[in-house]
Amino acid sequence: MSSRQPEFNLISEWILPNSRVLDLGCGDGTLLHHLKETRQTTGYGMEIDPEKNIVAISRGINVIQSNLNSNDICSYFDEDSFDYVIMTQALQVVSRPDLLIDEMLAVGKEGIITFPNFGHWRNLSRLFFQGRMPQNATLPNPWYNTANIHLCTFSDFEDLCEEKDVAIVERKVVNSQHQSSLITHLSPNLLGEVALYRIKRKPKIESSSSN
Amino acid sequence: MKMDQEWVSPQTLHIDTPLEMVSGSVLPQYDLVYETYGQLNDTASNALLICHALSGNHHVAGYYEGDKNPGWWHAYIGPGKPIDTDHFFVVCSNNLGGCHGSTGPASINPRTGQVYGPDFPIVTCKDWVHSQNQLRQHLNIDRWAAVIGGSMGGMQVLQWAIDYPDQLQHAIVIAAAPKLSAQNIAFNEVARRAIMTDPDFHNGRFIEANTTPKKGLALARMLGHLTYLSDDMMGTKFGRELREGKLSYSFDVEFQVESYLRYQGEKFATKQNFDANTYLLMTKALDYFDPAAEFDNNLSHALAKATAQFLVISFTSDWRFAPERSREIVKALLDNDAEVSYAEVNSQHGHDAFLLPNDHYEGIFRAYMKRILADTCAEGASS
Repeated sequence: MSSRQPEFNLISEWILPNSRVLDLGCGDGTLLHHLKETRQTTGYGMEIDPEKNIVAISRGINVIQSNLNSNDICSYFDEDSFDYVIMTQALQVVSRPDLLIDEMLAVGKEGIITFPNFGHWRNLSRLFFQGRMPQNATLPNPWYNTANIHLCTFSDFEDLCEEKDVAIVERKVVNSQHQSSLITHLSPNLLGEVALYRIKRKPKIESSSSN
Repeated sequence: MKMDQEWVSPQTLHIDTPLEMVSGSVLPQYDLVYETYGQLNDTASNALLICHALSGNHHVAGYYEGDKNPGWWHAYIGPGKPIDTDHFFVVCSNNLGGCHGSTGPASINPRTGQVYGPDFPIVTCKDWVHSQNQLRQHLNIDRWAAVIGGSMGGMQVLQWAIDYPDQLQHAIVIAAAPKLSAQNIAFNEVARRAIMTDPDFHNGRFIEANTTPKKGLALARMLGHLTYLSDDMMGTKFGRELREGKLSYSFDVEFQVESYLRYQGEKFATKQNFDANTYLLMTKALDYFDPAAEFDNNLSHALAKATAQFLVISFTSDWRFAPERSREIVKALLDNDAEVSYAEVNSQHGHDAFLLPNDHYEGIFRAYMKRILADTCAEGASS
């Protein structure tokens, strides 16, 4: 079982059977395969890593090799092509997370995003007491060699959603073992290690068709 | 069956059903030469059709008796290779209009008793697919497990998926494009002018004149070959290296790259004895290929009826049919919610990369072929 299986199980709980799903940064296709098996979903994965593409293809996953930083998802898919556009642990590695959220909610009716919480108390205490960048199970690499170039806290993310008129439909905050507890509910921004968000575009008041 | 140890030999299918061609011409009868590798299973569910590129032919794998050089895609087809002949029955035919055994410009026109030469009708990708469908029926294959091709062969795969959607389960389209660009057509036109302005061309009747337009053909090949390579790769392989180590300030062959290109042209025109009229026909077929044209220039509409599952592969340094061209195909398939995977393989080798070893390419290919095998096994078991 992959270490991310608990996270995938939590996501799977949100997905209605027979949905159409796009997984951005789908890796080796584990999540899509899981959703195919448990929720009979159809759809595609997008992934840049050739090795992971090979594994995804051998799993029977339809994977489009592409770079999420080229921001061309809308050229591949029409508006509302998917019931869900999922992005697990990729928000913090792309060059423009804000643009990607726009793209997600353009081609999908709903977005599901998971990312590590930079505002977790252990990260903060390491910064505060040791003056050093956090390094732990959810952020395993040193600052100079990490793909996580846009780390944020849950509050940061929620501010961004607010700014972008994106509605947060549901939020699950869990610890690194992907368990939620009374404690993570108490002060999620301080105590949660990983968050799973279901987001949706708020109904438009006036159409701004700039493109 | 160990293909490496056993010789392969071509077979010929004579077809009496007249072929009504896109140009309006009718070919009353014709031959298709083809080779097969591996064994067809009881349910005929493990058959693959390989479509060749511009100068390719039906000899795609294995060795002819006494020949040191294997077929053109030997690296990828054989026991244990990505296209595993221990499991698949592989078929490859020489396209109509070719010069390696299928009826073409160098064949005798039964109506006149003379060589067709320039009178051979203009042939299109659609015509090739229709003629190959006769071969499919002859081999008692209801449906190909996959049709696979690179470059021009990849375009033929697209045409198969559009014209005979129920006769193929998977389509593998490699280093192809949905149609030629103006630049692609321009290169073809220069190649054709090189051939047609060779004094030995004799308006296409060079066989009767007992000669061949070798110079024109070699030039055409040199030009074509250039478009198969990348600037980077030529830089790495030749750079500005000189044959004699110093400049001679003359028009002799001085740079290694000149020598290489001349050799490629020479080899094609003399040793491989490629028919000049075939070269003209193949480049024309490429120029005409545009399946979207019949659908208001909408490729998504053209592919709407295709039911095959697709694997599309492009190569980063290919500027003849660049990755963007493959992405056009992918996007049109996605518009139709088709089952499609796309790989953009990092390679320095330009368009030629589809014929060369590459770990990523081979990995994707192998993984996808295993998927096809699983599909065909499931089908074999259920029928």
